[in-house]
Amino acid sequence: MNDAEPPDGIARGFRVAAPALVGVIAVGLWQWLVVANDVPVWLVPSPAVVLRTLVDERALLLDSLGVTLGIALTALALAVVVGVAIALVFVQSRVIEMSLFPYAVLLQVTPLVAIAPLVIIWVGDTRVALVLCAAVVALFPIVSNTTLGLRSVDPGLLDLFRMSRASRWQVLWRLRLPSALPYFLGGLRIASGLALIGAVVAEFVAGTGGAGAGLAYQILLAGIQLNMPRLFASLVLIALAGIALFAATVALSRAALRRWHESETSDAVR
Amino acid sequence: MTQPLSSAAPAVEICGARKTYATGTEALAPVDLAIGRGEFVTLLGPSGCGKTTLLNLVAGLVQPSGGTIRWWGGAPGETGGGLRMGYVFQSPTLMPWARVDANVRLPLDLAGVPRAQGATQVDDALRLVGLAKFARRFPRELSGGMQMRASIARAIVNGPDMLLMDEPFGALDEFTRQRLDAELLALWGARGLTVIFVTHSITEAAFLSTRIVVMGASPGRVVDDVRHDICGPRDDAFRTSPAFLDCCRRLSRAIQSAGEAALHE
Repeated sequence: MNDAEPPDGIARGFRVAAPALVGVIAVGLWQWLVVANDVPVWLVPSPAVVLRTLVDERALLLDSLGVTLGIALTALALAVVVGVAIALVFVQSRVIEMSLFPYAVLLQVTPLVAIAPLVIIWVGDTRVALVLCAAVVALFPIVSNTTLGLRSVDPGLLDLFRMSRASRWQVLWRLRLPSALPYFLGGLRIASGLALIGAVVAEFVAGTGGAGAGLAYQILLAGIQLNMPRLFASLVLIALAGIALFAATVALSRAALRRWHESETSDAVR
Repeated sequence: MTQPLSSAAPAVEICGARKTYATGTEALAPVDLAIGRGEFVTLLGPSGCGKTTLLNLVAGLVQPSGGTIRWWGGAPGETGGGLRMGYVFQSPTLMPWARVDANVRLPLDLAGVPRAQGATQVDDALRLVGLAKFARRFPRELSGGMQMRASIARAIVNGPDMLLMDEPFGALDEFTRQRLDAELLALWGARGLTVIFVTHSITEAAFLSTRIVVMGASPGRVVDDVRHDICGPRDDAFRTSPAFLDCCRRLSRAIQSAGEAALHE
């Protein structure tokens, strides 16, 4: 039988090795194509050149990465606080949710590039404006997932709380919030990526220069100057930052739900 | 233990209580039923006969569409008066994020009992259901039968006067069910509880109860009220005794005639 599943250890190793191999082949092919065809560096730089740029210009690039990540993380934190608060208001009554939810959707479907210029004009501080823009993008998955989670309470447990004459606060704190946690963490996983995208897109629109320049500004400037190695290096950093954010939220879910939720217990407990 | 309002009154007195849901379905035709203290009453009947509705009326989870319910001789509709009820659902209904001891402690937490004060009660309840060693586990890490025991421990942790159980062992295998039935009887005897137990198993009803209220469907109603006070222990030998078999036969006939009567209406 050639289709048989490999033993566990091999399967786990394969899960890491297979994508790594694909990556190595792709980068190798890219390097070979650029070198073999003598592609000019202002068109497509080779991976080796991109890597060298990352090392040589690390001070500038890491500064910019710090700015972009700072905006994305602040926006994510803001989206979490505001999003959970909105979800808590929504679950207080169906009427409130019905009246306000369409506006949450409206906010979600309006492209960021369309509202970013307004926000940047209205808010004096560019950094604050960028945080607001990114937070708006990251808000929706938090609100909708947390609302769903706060409502997804075991009806039997709710009866039990009612029979024990639990207060509204006890129901919220001991029942609704823990029930909502897996849903919230799912929303956070989506929102973390969106916050980064929001931060980059908003900065593109704002085109902030000077000391507080983020990665989007480096890309913008490098594009104008045809400095392709720096543009690619910035892209690599954005991609890595996105992956790191995602991995962090995955690790957070795992730590919080490992012992009790279906999504994390499948291969951990039994 | 709090003092009952009146020591002569039955634990629950149901007078003409009925339930029609908002959808128009008549779940329960008017029921008159008085359940004495210390009785082990089983509500027996097929699906859709209003067993659970009747139980939930007693629990105060559902309001009657008409008629009254009095608990412990108190005023109609007043579940206060110091009466404590424990409820065990069809499924364990545990909080998956909380360890077993925290699940069992829930009724005490909700009543505002300080942790240190409730600790002994939690330990006692866990020991009584044989889960003392599993206090720090999560519900997922327990078998179905053990989860059900945790659920029972939670229901008895605050020393209730009455235990309401809605087909608690229906989802378990026959062996586990028989063992838990026996444990429940021991608990009932040890704690002087009044138990109202819902099941659709004739043998389970005949094994456990001192009284069986047979119910029929469409609309849900009481069709028979069987006294089953027998002397002697209820152990494995009891399952093959004439008293047990007679009771099974009688219950089976009562359910059958109720079913036929419903067909001819």
